[in-house]
Amino acid sequence: MPPSPGPGAGLAPALASDVPPYVAADPWSALRRLTQARIALGHAGTSLPTGPHLDFQLAHARARDAVHRALDVEALQAQFRARNVPIQLVHSAASDRHTYLQRPDLGRRLDAHSRDLLQRIRAAELGAVGQACEEIRSAAPGPMPHSTEGTTVSADVLFVLADGLSARAIQDNALPFLDVILPRLAADGFRVAPLVVAVEQGRVAVGDEIGELLGVRLVALLIGERPGLSSPDSMGIYLSYGPRVGMTDAERNCISNVRAEGLSYEVAAHKLHYLISEACRRMLTGVTLKDEAADLGRGPLRLSAAPEKLLTGNGD
Amino acid sequence: MAYSHTVAGHRYVFEDLRALLARATPARSGDHLAGVAADSDEQRAAAQRALADLPLRTFLSEVVIPYEIDEVTRLIIDEHDAAAFAPHAHMTVGDFRNWLLSDNANEQSISALGPGLTPEMVAATSKIMRNQDLILVARKCRVITRFRGTMGLPDRLSTRLQPNHPTDDPTGIAASVIDGLMYGSGDAVIGINPATDSVAAVIRLIEMLDAVIHEYSIPTQSCVLTHVTTSIEAINRGAPVDLVFQSIAGSEAANAGFGISLEILREGREAALSLKRGTLGDNVMYFETGQGSALSANAHHGVDQQTCEARAYAVARKFKPFLVNSVVGFIGPEYLYDGKQITRAGLEDHFCAKLLGLPMGCDVCYTNHAEADQNDMDNLLTLLAVAGLTFVMGIPGSDDVMLNYQTTSFHDALYARKVLGLRPAPEFEHWLHQQGIFREHASGVAGNIQLGNALPDPMARALTRLM
Repeated sequence: MPPSPGPGAGLAPALASDVPPYVAADPWSALRRLTQARIALGHAGTSLPTGPHLDFQLAHARARDAVHRALDVEALQAQFRARNVPIQLVHSAASDRHTYLQRPDLGRRLDAHSRDLLQRIRAAELGAVGQACEEIRSAAPGPMPHSTEGTTVSADVLFVLADGLSARAIQDNALPFLDVILPRLAADGFRVAPLVVAVEQGRVAVGDEIGELLGVRLVALLIGERPGLSSPDSMGIYLSYGPRVGMTDAERNCISNVRAEGLSYEVAAHKLHYLISEACRRMLTGVTLKDEAADLGRGPLRLSAAPEKLLTGNGD
Repeated sequence: MAYSHTVAGHRYVFEDLRALLARATPARSGDHLAGVAADSDEQRAAAQRALADLPLRTFLSEVVIPYEIDEVTRLIIDEHDAAAFAPHAHMTVGDFRNWLLSDNANEQSISALGPGLTPEMVAATSKIMRNQDLILVARKCRVITRFRGTMGLPDRLSTRLQPNHPTDDPTGIAASVIDGLMYGSGDAVIGINPATDSVAAVIRLIEMLDAVIHEYSIPTQSCVLTHVTTSIEAINRGAPVDLVFQSIAGSEAANAGFGISLEILREGREAALSLKRGTLGDNVMYFETGQGSALSANAHHGVDQQTCEARAYAVARKFKPFLVNSVVGFIGPEYLYDGKQITRAGLEDHFCAKLLGLPMGCDVCYTNHAEADQNDMDNLLTLLAVAGLTFVMGIPGSDDVMLNYQTTSFHDALYARKVLGLRPAPEFEHWLHQQGIFREHASGVAGNIQLGNALPDPMARALTRLM
């Protein structure tokens, strides 16, 4: 959320007299359009005026809520049902948010029940998954954004959703993003696993365990990132080739800050499509697989002057 | 060797010095995560009593990370000043706490003792101290460093102006720099965390800050907080580097995780010294530390996170830094869970660093997944300012839009200066008055800060250029 316009606006204007005003505005407030940073907030005495103080409190409240609000599983299932995409719910070994925040190791692994569930899905493969798909198809007929034919073991890529540090990021961004990426993958002949797995209290590495249990080539994990004050809904995407427990960060690729005000679905899908293609071709992910997708959506540089001259020099 | 203590008939045994230190540590999530924390409050209290009885010289004969495998341990042992330590060699940890609290411990005696202390001695003592003890003793310490300004003089509180931008946009950075200067921030350093580590991009930022400092004749210093090897490369390419930055930790393996060693740090310092850019002194390094960094790199060797942190200060003092900063709440709740743990850690870090002779500041901060808020930060800022903290961060409206965490704002620093009568570094303070940014208050009482109404002419011109 951008800083509020006009700190102290309507409270008390800056006065050009020797009586100290209660709230002084800053004469450089025009600079606010150059940065998201909370500049030119004005001052009451030398302290933060009421307006920007309450703006901050609201932004922090939203970020806190994003961290602590549980994934709305029913809403998520309804969203995916409307697209005919079966969704399998699992849970990490971190039993609740309190544990999750203090024990990152537990958030990286599935609980025993979930592990067992995924093992049974793999064992039953065609039967179990096919039937589940069948049920959902019959429940809600509609357009098919990608094929749910085939099996998980033969899939190129499995999409996993994890609440991470912002369930809201997944709630708001996961399906709209999949709507962009899935048709492109299908068009290029990539086989997408016939279900999406959603993890509660999950960290990035949990996707690797899920991918290993289901035997897929690639896992693309969509996860809620740590909320910033101005970004309570930021989604990250992590890609692992040959997913297995114990992979390091260096073996995955990451696309960060996917959200309406951040990296657009279009650009994120372009990058992920590129990474999936290259990962399948080179049979790896990680630091050696650089993101060389052509930049989309980057406007021309606004500056003509050299940056070091902005604050200095005599010319205008 | 094992240590033990008996409480009401129950004998608690601690298998070695590491275990004793860890069990005696006030509770924090990172030590639980590492599996080294006390199982119960009684076990912790027993460990603290056993630790209080331990002779200080034990730390010279028993190390927490083996000498053979760790260059930080070798640094601590090989450079220990036995002569400075001699007057205290007979003391236990408990005696030493008493001595520090007594009037025998003053600015002079503590400074003289510094080189005789090891990080483990200082960490051990902090574990049996209350928050008020940590404040009272730190306040006695005097650590002065110089580059273009002077840090650490009595009744001064300096600030790092932190004009970060998510994409390093120069206009966005410039906007935050103006905002900060107009609120009297930036006497410790104008320091940017860059979004990219490319040498060319880093050099552009270094040149931009250098031009600002020269154009406005600001008696301060700049820093782009990039990897030390990037700074060395920038210097090799002729960039006007003031301070060389690096994150450091308390074990060789953790430092390796940062891609550094003592040798690389030495090279970084030599490179900065070669430019001879400091006008008042040659403290050229800026280090950042933080509890939990060794554990997060799986390089803690079973040592509790606060002792690991204190060991990083041995690394820092080797290189005579201008500034050191504990980024106490940045690492997250798996290491420091809530406001209470962050507060305790901030006070410990400041105390330990000051006793070891470092110009310690603190990034009084938290992330949105920690159980902390602005009120917790107000408390810690106030406590540290009372304790004589060297500097705090200054960021527009407490919101770092690049690193996504909350730290102290320009306004916050003015609050601390106001309530405690603290002033910026003298050179910078003079400049602020000269520019009309700070106005003399009629009362003449330190801390009665008033901000000027208008932009100084050069900044008004800059504003025109930016818009």
